[in-house]
Amino acid sequence: MHSLKPLTPLGGTTPRRDEYPGLILMENPDWAMASVAARAGSVKKLASAFTTFAQGKLAAVESIDNSGKITNFWTAPDQWMVMAPFASHESLAADLKAALGNTASVVEQTDGWCRFDLSGAHAVNTLERLSAANSRRMQANRVCRTQIDHLGCFMLCHKAGQDFSILGPRSAAASLHHALTTAAISIA
Amino acid sequence: MTQTMRLGGGMIDRSKPLNFRFDGKSYQGFDGDTLASALMANDVRLIGRSFKYHRPRGVLTAGSDEPNALVELREGARREPNSRATVAELFDGLVAQSQNRWPSLSFDALAINDRFSNFLTAGFYYKTFMWPAAFWEKLYEPIIRRAAGLGSLSLAEDPDSYDKGFLHCDLLIIGAGPAGLSAALTAARAGAEIILADEDFRLGGRLNSETHPLDDAPASDWINASIAELESLPNVRLMPRTTVIGAFDHGIFGAVERVSDHLLTPPEGKPRQTLWRIYTKRSLLAAGAAERPIAFPNNDRPGILLAGALQSYVNRWAATPARRIAVFTNNDTGHRTALDLIAKGIEIAAVIDPRPDVTRTGDYPLLAGAVVSNTAGRLGLKSIEVRLASGEMRRLECQALAVSGGWNPNVHMTCHKRGLPVWDEGIAAFVPGETGAQGMFVAGAAEGRFSTADALTRGMEQAIVALGELDRKAHTIALPKAENDTGSITPCWQVKGGKGRAWLDFQNDVTTKDVKLAHQEGFRSVEHLKRYTTLGMATDQGKTANMGALAIMAELAGKSIPETGTTIYRPPYTPVAIAAFAGRSRGTDFRPTRLTPSHQWAVEQGAVFVETGNWLRAQWFPRPGETDWRQSVDREVLATRRSVGICDVTTLGKIDIQGSDAATFINKVYANGFAKLPVGKTRYGLMLREDGIVMDDGTTARLAEDHFVMTTTTANAVSVYRHLEFARQCLWPGLDVQLISTTEAWAQFAVAGPNSRKLLEKIVDKNFDISNEAFPFMACGEITVCGGLRARLFRISFSGELAFEIAVPSRYGDALIRQLMQAGEEFEATPYGTEALGVMRIEKGHAAGNELNGTTTALNLGMARMVSKTKDSIGSTLSEREGLNQPDALMQVGLRPLDKSRKVTAGAHLMVRTAAANAKNDQGYITSACYSPNLGHSIGIGFLKNGAERKGEILRAVSPLTNLEIEVEVVSAHFIDPEGKRLHA
Amino acid sequence: MIINHPLLGPRDAQEFTYLGDANLINRPDWQAEDAVDQFHEYLYQRDNPAGKHRELWYHEAGDRSWLVVTRDTLTHEITGVELARDVALKSGRGK
Repeated sequence: MHSLKPLTPLGGTTPRRDEYPGLILMENPDWAMASVAARAGSVKKLASAFTTFAQGKLAAVESIDNSGKITNFWTAPDQWMVMAPFASHESLAADLKAALGNTASVVEQTDGWCRFDLSGAHAVNTLERLSAANSRRMQANRVCRTQIDHLGCFMLCHKAGQDFSILGPRSAAASLHHALTTAAISIA
Repeated sequence: MTQTMRLGGGMIDRSKPLNFRFDGKSYQGFDGDTLASALMANDVRLIGRSFKYHRPRGVLTAGSDEPNALVELREGARREPNSRATVAELFDGLVAQSQNRWPSLSFDALAINDRFSNFLTAGFYYKTFMWPAAFWEKLYEPIIRRAAGLGSLSLAEDPDSYDKGFLHCDLLIIGAGPAGLSAALTAARAGAEIILADEDFRLGGRLNSETHPLDDAPASDWINASIAELESLPNVRLMPRTTVIGAFDHGIFGAVERVSDHLLTPPEGKPRQTLWRIYTKRSLLAAGAAERPIAFPNNDRPGILLAGALQSYVNRWAATPARRIAVFTNNDTGHRTALDLIAKGIEIAAVIDPRPDVTRTGDYPLLAGAVVSNTAGRLGLKSIEVRLASGEMRRLECQALAVSGGWNPNVHMTCHKRGLPVWDEGIAAFVPGETGAQGMFVAGAAEGRFSTADALTRGMEQAIVALGELDRKAHTIALPKAENDTGSITPCWQVKGGKGRAWLDFQNDVTTKDVKLAHQEGFRSVEHLKRYTTLGMATDQGKTANMGALAIMAELAGKSIPETGTTIYRPPYTPVAIAAFAGRSRGTDFRPTRLTPSHQWAVEQGAVFVETGNWLRAQWFPRPGETDWRQSVDREVLATRRSVGICDVTTLGKIDIQGSDAATFINKVYANGFAKLPVGKTRYGLMLREDGIVMDDGTTARLAEDHFVMTTTTANAVSVYRHLEFARQCLWPGLDVQLISTTEAWAQFAVAGPNSRKLLEKIVDKNFDISNEAFPFMACGEITVCGGLRARLFRISFSGELAFEIAVPSRYGDALIRQLMQAGEEFEATPYGTEALGVMRIEKGHAAGNELNGTTTALNLGMARMVSKTKDSIGSTLSEREGLNQPDALMQVGLRPLDKSRKVTAGAHLMVRTAAANAKNDQGYITSACYSPNLGHSIGIGFLKNGAERKGEILRAVSPLTNLEIEVEVVSAHFIDPEGKRLHA
Repeated sequence: MIINHPLLGPRDAQEFTYLGDANLINRPDWQAEDAVDQFHEYLYQRDNPAGKHRELWYHEAGDRSWLVVTRDTLTHEITGVELARDVALKSGRGK
């Protein structure tokens, strides 16, 4: 076991938690992530190899698949982001590469992102001040890539109108957090 | 003595008195008042001075079309000039000042302009201040600005915050009058997502100003019931205090919500206003109509206001400008005004109607076939002069005059996408033509259907059609019984033959005379008329002015109004604060900030930071006792070259490239060869644009046969990624290659200097051999550090020293820099910032952003031989163009001052010793310069014509901008270790 | 403006980066005898129609797809949106 202590994207040793009337905002560093992109002509082979590995399915366009042991969501044509709990899956990328072989290009993305979970009745009121995405009508298990505070982010909906995650570039975590909290306070 | 002009009734809450001040004097109004209605209730008629002639002015309208009653609202940093008193919602503690007057509103010294009005006609400024040109900016403009002006800015930063937001709906309804409300009910009951926006703080539109019953009950009953129903529905968003400011492409609208404008100060953290971008599938314009004045001599005195506005004041706000009032109208609505006034106990001096056959509708004196030919009362109306049908003149005492010249449908939003309104003879007004705006419908008074019954019906009908287009079935709803008086009108644009000027544009002081003059001088197009006279170019965009001017213009030209045409309206519908457009993007929040993984650690070290793009990077790390940045930077450079230095280089772009064709792909995007790069090796790559100019450079490592990691410069990370995607998707879609950015995922540190290997050997796990033999220059590999953490190691060097770059997952970056510094203690490891990085790369002659400046080729950079001729790569063909390969092409060279004490400056141009310093003699320029602590003097690199052949030549470096002129010698750009021995150590 | 992305549906044009004429897909053969002339034509000689224009847009803040958008430069009406990759493959581009 190595000796290096991790920091969260916001620079803490523990994740940041903010609470507002109708909204809980949580920094969430507990997900390992890896991108999976199909090699040319290998989408079908990849899909079946992935199902063998994760039991779930590769998600449809702008969707999240939660049906297996680990989650994935669509990011681009023939490309997905796979997510699993960090504590048990820090080696997610290597494990995926081993399982998927030459059907896919796998890249570790765990620390490419910061993740904030928004929960509560004011979640959409907050998000509609930040993103052009129609968060108010977003269904559960849908995802879209959108701009928040000029940053390319993924918006994941876990429960319509209620529970969302925002994945943004890790280096801009502080700015993204500031934008989220500012909008949360702004709601009349 | 308070509120002497307050009447009974109205939609004000008398249990909530509000105190306010105007021009230093205290007054009281009620909750529900506007500043204008509260001033009126307090018998304040004089509110401002006009723009050019400083004419005393009062309230003309009761809405956002107000040209006269402009005030400076609030105090201190919140002071906002040119606020329309007619839409300023009253709150306790409101403070307002009149503007454009000195020393006081009732005695204004610059009212002298009014006496010189003969000189100040249309085009005065153009004609008078034409030359000398130099006088314009320094002399004329400041004087004119002071004399002819509106309010003044606070010149302090706006202390409030402004939000932006995004909304989506099936149907946006603009205006919550009878048409808007009936449309909203129809669409809401059909389950459509709707937004109902109205600029007023009270929904109901014109119904709030009229006394017509709905279903034999006050209209407010139906309004309240409708609002209650809409509020209860989850698919409806009611947005009072929200002005839709523009219709844009493909159903996008802009809207400003005045969230806290009705409060003294916004609650902590809450916005003053929110600028919404609304994505609509369909929209319905139900913005009503605006009344227009009639041009008659001296029609601008305080106390002269529009008849419909007066109805609003007496009915909605229970305030009147006078106890004895005359009405001048060319249409039936003026008569309704008279009836409403009588009902409030106000005496009607007369209703003057130019229509000879008009009949009375109530108990008031009617002067049919008559016109108002003049008025009297400098600071407030005292009397009017009427020319009767017989030609006889009659003077009538009255303190207010209500004027109605007819109504203009508010077609503005239908013009924003270049739709042209069309003339409707029946109502003598323009109505919407083809809107040009995708999915826009119009209903009610906005389409020229003025009766309440029509508005209600049309709102419903249009909502049904609009939703039908979205395949949603909406049903008819039960509408209340309402008046259905379509009214009649005989156009009366101006009263001729009287003495004195007749105003068309009150805000910009344009009179009928100016229009005549413009016509005489040949300005025949309405667009020219507008610009020459400035008609319609004030903050109200001529909402009350344009129609009258157009009609007079048509008459002068002997044409019909539709032949004469109309100017079209552009967004915004009403003025928008710049702060609302800025939103939260102010100050340090202007754009996001990116922090490196070692940021916290660098802060602890007292680092000085610099913005590079969005990144904050450590620029240097001052030590106690260092007083000048150069001391810190020199120390960092020397320490690195002597032992070992550490620098966070995470900001460089990193692109993961995989696939069976990855090598082929990279071979196409880099000018030099990559196909044969062995696994475990890194190579410098030169990326060209298709035109042969250098786009970017960096190193690319081959981690596996089908796996590369490309680095880009910090500045170009985004554009290079975009370029690669273009190459992958558009140029070579058949290649098996996948891309993803990993810039953020890895914390990367440069460890440079003769002791860098020794330091890293303490960090890198023992099973990895990083000796020179096992891990030579340009080697790369996946390793583990600190007891098993996955990491990447690259033996690359920007400094020219033995150097490595080591990367770990970002969350461990902070721990790693601390570990490196601890392990490096025995070598006096020194953190260095971007300045030292820059000094070392200049000493080494490495090109960076200053050299890759979008104008330079591989040849210029001395890398012409790198551009492979044996393969296809982006830019290789056009880099062979003759023009880019002239014998005297610029070549990168090093430069050192003959006098070692002199400083070389980037940006200086190079001249031969004897030639004059001018563009013709230009030999090249210096791109980067610094003080080299290793050489003990200043050095530079730059581009010099035929530079490769000119080593040893003495030139002059000239910079007139910095007053620099020094002699420099052309040398190799590789100032340090030109043989590269250190790299391979 | 709204661009109707073939995979994602309507998206605000603000999410996209504009490049220019879709003809940039048709990159000439570097081995042609008159390659320099062809590349010059390809890179610099663009039509600038007042009307329908096929142009390249990149969904930078979205799924990173390059799109070929057919847009009327007078009215901004968009009459077609395709994945540029499909267009390129159809026009015979490969490796």
